[in-house]
Amino acid sequence: MRGRFIKDRLVSLGMVAIVVLAGVMVFVMVVALYWKSRPILEVKSISELFLGRVWGPSRGEFGFLAFIVGTLWVTIVSVIISVPLCVLSAIYLSEYGPKWLREWSKPLIDLLAGLPSVVYGVWGVMVVVPLVRNYLSAFFGVDTSGYCVLSGGLVLAIMISPVIIHISVEVLGAVPFELRETSLALGATRWQTVKGTVLRKALAGIIAGVGLGLARAFGETMAVLMVTGNVARLPRSVFEPVYTLPALIANNYGEMLSVPLYDSALLLGAFILLLVTLIFNIISRLVLLRIERRGY
Amino acid sequence: MKEKPIILSGRFWRRVEERFFLGLMLFSCGVIFLGLVLIVLDIFIKGLPALSWSMISQSPKGGFYLGKGGGILNAIIGSLVLASGASLIAFFLSLPLVLYLNIYLKRTSGISAFIRFSLDVLWGVPSIVYGAFGFTIMVFFGLKASLLGGMIAVSLLIFPIMSRAMDEVMRMVPRELLEASYSVGTTRFETGLKIVLRQTFPGIITAVLIAFGRGIGDAASVIFTAGYSDYISVSLFRPVATLPLAIFYQLGTPFPEVQDRAYASGLILTVIIISISLVTRFLSKRFHKYIVK
Repeated sequence: MRGRFIKDRLVSLGMVAIVVLAGVMVFVMVVALYWKSRPILEVKSISELFLGRVWGPSRGEFGFLAFIVGTLWVTIVSVIISVPLCVLSAIYLSEYGPKWLREWSKPLIDLLAGLPSVVYGVWGVMVVVPLVRNYLSAFFGVDTSGYCVLSGGLVLAIMISPVIIHISVEVLGAVPFELRETSLALGATRWQTVKGTVLRKALAGIIAGVGLGLARAFGETMAVLMVTGNVARLPRSVFEPVYTLPALIANNYGEMLSVPLYDSALLLGAFILLLVTLIFNIISRLVLLRIERRGY
Repeated sequence: MKEKPIILSGRFWRRVEERFFLGLMLFSCGVIFLGLVLIVLDIFIKGLPALSWSMISQSPKGGFYLGKGGGILNAIIGSLVLASGASLIAFFLSLPLVLYLNIYLKRTSGISAFIRFSLDVLWGVPSIVYGAFGFTIMVFFGLKASLLGGMIAVSLLIFPIMSRAMDEVMRMVPRELLEASYSVGTTRFETGLKIVLRQTFPGIITAVLIAFGRGIGDAASVIFTAGYSDYISVSLFRPVATLPLAIFYQLGTPFPEVQDRAYASGLILTVIIISISLVTRFLSKRFHKYIVK
């Protein structure tokens, strides 16, 4: 009899340990990456690191500007392409489309969310890069190898669409039905109801969904690395190659231990990525949590 | 009174607006779904012709990356072993965690809300950051790129996914079921293990499979931590090949024959992921009948 209670106690102690681990993991990651990037932060000033344009680890030059700008370009292009398409699709699925479509789209979206980023990368190299090189470039009258900001943005736009659609459909579904009825009863058309009532209520949640998608795009590594050309220069148009921060980390792991401060610089890159994605995730999740708790 | 011309009437413009946006919505849906279907279709079309028996039954031979013979068995086995190990580690972290959140803590507990929130946030951390973090842990313990290192990094990556998926099903367990169990004198641990676990079994399997699928497809977290090897190795302290990296390296060579193999390898990975997704669906339907409603 007593043994069972002791067992219960012991097990719960073990569980508490794991709960604590899960609770502090974010902080441990932040502290560990900061601690590892301290050597370079001590030698170089923040402005030198973030506004420096030259990246020459063997010469001791670590300017992150091109990588940060590159990541921003690709992320912003992907969000610009993806958001209108995703939000309109989500509105259709939730407000207009038949029930069977909603039910069939769910597993498909889940499957796409689960496809590995390398597969998206392969598809990008196979389809998107030739498309940009042969057709879009001619359309806009520019010359490009196809490995450029636009290709990265297109691939990312598709990659982040499951996240944005999923959250948006959920947020739209949570808007009370009575609100729609009220609006329709006043003689509004369906679109007017969506525009004036449903979207207004769901806006915060949809923005949170976009925030999650944006964080994903910002940190995406392999797919972007495979299609953006990886040239560390400030791009002047979407048809120029860029080098993103995650790609920088992934590409240089081999040599980083042989050059002084190199490993510290790359882990500083990881630290920046972690901070940016954390900020976007925390804000978006807080918004979604509030909606879930309070309703509308 | 003269009637206004139709072009000025509000009714007309409302209809135009309605039609216009409906058209736009249908167009967006079409683009998104077409894109998604095209990805899978293109991978099949390009990958199938390059797929051969030797691809999946042999390890790379000399000059494999120059277009000579061999296959990617090393990467297939490596990925399966690595993802299984990582899923196992994540499972032994996730299960106690969600049992604690759902059985030991009150439903309104602030702690469980905080943990759920951190897990959601961890879910959004990019895998390259897990790779970098795993790498710093490895350096700390003096480990080199190895199967064990890869397992640790991937298990950290999939742990939040697995926990949150398990948590979703455990939250659905009716409170009355727990109370019925307590009322016959069980401890919380016994209730958790024998009642809740059984009740949520399909959900737990689903959670593990989802996490496994995520783990097997991830490249950015294993690139520093697991390394790469052309040999089949299941030693914990040796570098190991993984399927996503095999695809990446093959695509990176300038030889069309090798790039074709990357498409074939991509097809293999896609098929693995789709099968996991199908099995998950099948299981959750199949085991549904054992659940007390």
